[in-house]
Amino acid sequence: MADQSNGMDKLVGYPTKTLGLKKRHRLGESVIQSLLFFAGFFSIFTTLGIIYELGKEAWLFFRLPEVNLWQFLTGTKWQPHINEFGVLPLVNATLVTTAVAMSIAIPLGLAVAIYLSEYATIKVRNTLKPILEILAGIPTIVYGYFALTFVTPILRSIFGRDVVEIYNTASAGLVMGILILPLIASISEDALNAVPRSLREAAYGLGATKLEVAVKVVVPSALSGIAAAIILGISRAIGETMIVAVAAGAGPKFTFNPFQGAETMTGHIVRISGGDLSYDSIDYNSIFAIGLLLFFITLSLNIISQRIVRRFREVYE
Amino acid sequence: MNQDKERTAHLVGSDSPLAPEPNLSARHRRGRAWQLIFQASTVVGIIVLTALLLNIIDSSFGFVAYEYKVDPATFIVDGVPLEDQTKDQLVALLQSELSKGAFNKLNDEKPFEERTRAEVFGLVAERILKSKVISSWSLSTSLFRRAEIDAEVQEHLIEHPRLELKFVSWLTTDFLSRPQSSEAVTAGVRTAILGSLLTILITILVALPLGVGAAIYLEEYATDNWLNRIIQTNINNLAGVPSIIYGILGLAIFVRALQKLTSGLLFGLGDPTTATGRTIFSAGLTLALLILPVIIINAQEAIRAVPQSLRKAGYGLGATKWQTIWAHVLPNALPGILTGTILAVSRAIGETAPLVVVGAATAISFDPDIFSRFTTLPIQIYQWTARPQDEWRHLAAAAILVLLVMLLSLNASAILMRNRFARKY
Repeated sequence: MADQSNGMDKLVGYPTKTLGLKKRHRLGESVIQSLLFFAGFFSIFTTLGIIYELGKEAWLFFRLPEVNLWQFLTGTKWQPHINEFGVLPLVNATLVTTAVAMSIAIPLGLAVAIYLSEYATIKVRNTLKPILEILAGIPTIVYGYFALTFVTPILRSIFGRDVVEIYNTASAGLVMGILILPLIASISEDALNAVPRSLREAAYGLGATKLEVAVKVVVPSALSGIAAAIILGISRAIGETMIVAVAAGAGPKFTFNPFQGAETMTGHIVRISGGDLSYDSIDYNSIFAIGLLLFFITLSLNIISQRIVRRFREVYE
Repeated sequence: MNQDKERTAHLVGSDSPLAPEPNLSARHRRGRAWQLIFQASTVVGIIVLTALLLNIIDSSFGFVAYEYKVDPATFIVDGVPLEDQTKDQLVALLQSELSKGAFNKLNDEKPFEERTRAEVFGLVAERILKSKVISSWSLSTSLFRRAEIDAEVQEHLIEHPRLELKFVSWLTTDFLSRPQSSEAVTAGVRTAILGSLLTILITILVALPLGVGAAIYLEEYATDNWLNRIIQTNINNLAGVPSIIYGILGLAIFVRALQKLTSGLLFGLGDPTTATGRTIFSAGLTLALLILPVIIINAQEAIRAVPQSLRKAGYGLGATKWQTIWAHVLPNALPGILTGTILAVSRAIGETAPLVVVGAATAISFDPDIFSRFTTLPIQIYQWTARPQDEWRHLAAAAILVLLVMLLSLNASAILMRNRFARKY
């Protein structure tokens, strides 16, 4: 090396080595990157864990001689002590509470969204939105307490004590509707806000009133977002646990009457696992089977909601 | 009116939804009516929130009629009434009045030297005086329908001659400092609060680094390939999984499969014969899984909000990718990340369902540690609400107030942080 770099090079200042512009390999950087990748990948483990554990224990459940899948899906009696494992009473109670909840949450949520996005001044909006956020942030057990100690007595005094049971799905559903209202309102409002101003101006230009602009132009344009919000709300209602555990009653019952008590899927899981549940008991396995069903229902609803947003979103500009 | 319609018909087409209806004033009237309806719907939320808070406050205070099965006057020592006696005197009293086995059992749960005076007094009231709530009333009844209460008290007096009527706040400092008890008068939320705090501590320790790491990976490193798309979709889907499913997962994995780890046996703690995986450690890990997607999504947003120019400047000065992230991106995203984390944590504090499934116990009268069985504030509320007697409902309301104050202070700190560190680019 010393021979080659003779006096000539030094004088003129030719570089003896070319500058390496190639990215140098740094061990520290790669270690950090793989750690970060692991953190990102970790959530996959969670999903796999859910599917594997739910699937495994549910498989054990269905392999028991007392249980068969057909009876599980179509039976209208859930009475483990006499080996009746029909999940329909639980599913039915879940659907009743969800229906009551959505009958509150959809109209109110939409009205709130339309009001906030189309009518409210900025000042009103800035006061109302935090209040809705507070509603969404209250723990569900508090809502459960509210349902049982406030809404149920009111229902009973309106419709009569012999009509409305102490534990009933109507009270749980109503309160659940209030819980879901902010969710539907805020997602729908985002969708309404995304509708470009020019559409509104055009409608005003054609002589439409404010209501007509909101209902006939803005809402239809934002329909995909609103539909997604509603489906997300339904999924949330199906998975909601503590309100129904406190207020909807214990004991599976196949009834469409919202004034009677009935146990939902989530309520049943909570009640069964409340005590010291021994592993390998039929109860232990059964909560996994119900959990698996619950997981699939909510997951598919969530996926449908995402699909709707992606497929039907109106792209402006 | 029809002229009106005809004149504009050629502009929009009469079958268009925008075709003006004939009667303009009717349209405006309808518009105003619906505006009122929209406004009223918004007010419903506020009304419910107010009703909820009033209902809880209403239950947290009020008259209570109770009696001691044993008259406290029998335990006056040297003229000092029971309420003013020292802790040592109270312990001595317990030792003399209780059977040896019962006393030793209490001592095993938690040595008397470690108990506070309030706890010992609670034990005396519960075990020796046997205080018992006969009836209780809400604040509104206590204030406005005093006559009814008096009438009821008169009835009870026949059966319970030693009955005392007292206006109480169920939420007291004693309530905060006493452990769980089987009598409403002496029950407290100390163990529940400690359980909640320890659980959340573990949740944060696990979920924050993992969540922020994942967010950095997805925002800064991940290229748009199938694997990374799956990771992102998966995180979005996990955020929508009902919390009770996480509870079932925690029960299967942390409580059962990893029992050696979560019961502390692996670290040589605990008694192998009684150890169980239903510990605070399991609960914390379960909640960590639950809030991980929320933390990731919030942190991603915060990182995305850091302008690209900062990164370019870092690279321009010759910094490596990680140096740029560590020194520029993260500090700028930190307020956003912390705000998101606090919101996620306040969700975790209020979670009940997964912890019931993981196996929170309720009758915990000793201060928990990480590898002990536990109860948390929401669990305590759930159990008290589920009992039919009124006095437990009052306790539940008081516990809800404690929980709401905890959440309120967390959220307030999040908002303060957001306002203080908010930067505009």
